[in-house]
Amino acid sequence: MTLRVLIAKVGLDGHDRGVNVITRLLRDAGMEVIYTGLFQSPASVARSAVDEDVDVVGLSILSGAHLTLVPLVVAALRAEGCDAPVVVGGIVPDSDVAALRAAGVAAVFGPGTALTHIIETLEELHVASTH
Amino acid sequence: MEHHGERTQWREAYERSSAAHSRAATQSGLEVDPVYGVDNGEFPGVFPYTRGIHPAMYRSRLWTMRMFAGFGTAPQTNERFRQIIDAGGTGLSTAYDMPTLLGIDSDDERALGEVGRCGVAIDTIDDVADLYDGIDLGAVTTSMTINAPAAVIFAMFVANAEDHGVRREALGGTLQNDILKEYQAQHEYVFPPRPSLRLVRDTMEFATRDMPRWHPLSVSGYHIREAGSTAAQEVAFTLANGFAYVELARHAGLATDQFAPQLSFFFNAHIDFFEEIAKYRSARRLWATWMRDVYGALEERSWQLRFHAQTAGVSLTAQQPDNNHARTAIEALAAVLGGAQSLHTNSFDEAWTLPSADAARVALRTQQVIAYETNVTHVADPLGGSWYVESLTDRLFDEASGLLEEIREMGQGSMLEGCLHAIENGWFEGHIADAAYAFESAVQRGEQIIVGVNSFLDTDSAPTPVNQTDAASEWSQRDRLSRVRRERSAAEVRERLEDVRRMARDPNTNLVPALMAAARSHATVGEMMSTMAEVFGRYRAPTR
Repeated sequence: MTLRVLIAKVGLDGHDRGVNVITRLLRDAGMEVIYTGLFQSPASVARSAVDEDVDVVGLSILSGAHLTLVPLVVAALRAEGCDAPVVVGGIVPDSDVAALRAAGVAAVFGPGTALTHIIETLEELHVASTH
Repeated sequence: MEHHGERTQWREAYERSSAAHSRAATQSGLEVDPVYGVDNGEFPGVFPYTRGIHPAMYRSRLWTMRMFAGFGTAPQTNERFRQIIDAGGTGLSTAYDMPTLLGIDSDDERALGEVGRCGVAIDTIDDVADLYDGIDLGAVTTSMTINAPAAVIFAMFVANAEDHGVRREALGGTLQNDILKEYQAQHEYVFPPRPSLRLVRDTMEFATRDMPRWHPLSVSGYHIREAGSTAAQEVAFTLANGFAYVELARHAGLATDQFAPQLSFFFNAHIDFFEEIAKYRSARRLWATWMRDVYGALEERSWQLRFHAQTAGVSLTAQQPDNNHARTAIEALAAVLGGAQSLHTNSFDEAWTLPSADAARVALRTQQVIAYETNVTHVADPLGGSWYVESLTDRLFDEASGLLEEIREMGQGSMLEGCLHAIENGWFEGHIADAAYAFESAVQRGEQIIVGVNSFLDTDSAPTPVNQTDAASEWSQRDRLSRVRRERSAAEVRERLEDVRRMARDPNTNLVPALMAAARSHATVGEMMSTMAEVFGRYRAPTR
């Protein structure tokens, strides 16, 4: 079955080079990708995830606000009854990864992560979450 | 290609320059001329300025070492500014945080987690006073990297300087104020394009009339390139925006030769060394040619493309960050060989974090090594005449010219309308995204090597030390703002904002004086922006 992925930008971060590129590369890899557009709130991301019935939620964040915003998105998703694993891509220092994982993030992809690694991780997470 | 530059014309201009009697030699004592070339070829300081805008280039004046800085609260950034000046920096450039860039106050719910994070938080004129405390604004030029709320921040800056006894005529510096590229690449917009352009017009008009040392607009390709464009697209889209502003100013009744000399540009200094040098050369030739032949400018200064450059943030890698020193040095050298008037060098730690003070100092030192040790400043356009660089210059000129014609056709002869049309239908963003995708695909396939990322990997690489912005800054900024709100006269703020609203409704009024009065009443950036948004509306990007 085709993996359905929601790619989202939350907060005030307008950097969208990464999100545009990853959206296309994941589509090339055969996934169905829905992109929210910029400046979403945690609540609007959760609504899109439910409406689109996605298997994985990917958050792109390069503004440094990840420790504040990512836990809010995870909480909003769970409150809407969405159990999809959440992954984060962008500028996340190594020292912040543990805090994000504690907040319920399944994987963090820093700058320069190989696409093959991202694809494998998303597929594994999906398999794990449906079993 | 028609070449007007000739050695005799250059000689006359050179004799009038401050470097007329300068002498320079290589390290080993070989005396060198200020420029080399064939008698009937192009020369620096002579139309179309492919080889540089000054006849003696850096012999007459070194570039400004303008370091971009901002984080946390205004007092924290002020301390960094002073460190930069103490270390020999010759200009300042302010980085604002995301809420300020989007016209949102620090105590707004939407600002949570973002205050002081990517730059300095500015809410009121009190923050502006702290930001420049102890810095002589009549002596150091300051640049403000802000766009959607540019008119508001500019009004606060001018009002603050005047309140501290510096006349607006004496203020030197640059307001980025390039709203068109926000819709194309950077996405820090608030109002729709047309009312935003009215604010650009107002600041341009105000500065042209009252502030002869001020650059009210820095037409910026940097962000277009960072978003993924090619070099030719960077030149074409930036110059298209530049011509659009020229048309805007003309509609406002300003004579081209009155305001064009105050325009400046801002380009990326990326890692493809020769292409970057050729890019600056082609941009100067294009601007001069179009300004003279299409827009009918008569003054030399209107034809000359002045630019600031910044090394490419996207070229920095989080992996093996020490390698970034080499990247930044190579990119900075390209900007200098390409004839930049002003330069910011990135810090090696910026792939992860805002720069630490130590990293920012090394970045500045990199410029000083280029300026004072390498002797590359002795000769203008030292790569002019290289078959390779000249060929790249011609090809970038041709490719960018084609794109410019295409944009102008979309506007049926108007570059301004062409840019607006191409924003509305996502044309710019589509081109930029395609180029970014092509590049990343090549990296993923291993065709484009990035050292430390997809080749030459280390297994023992230590994590980069992160210069954490203090989370306490966010709370201290909120406290400061609530104090200002308590201490100001609410009635006066209301009245001044009412004036802003009234003036905003009349498109023939210049809003800057009303914004200055509101700034003096301690109205916040968010209050002024929301007041204008009630009249102007808010921009929603087209969905693609």
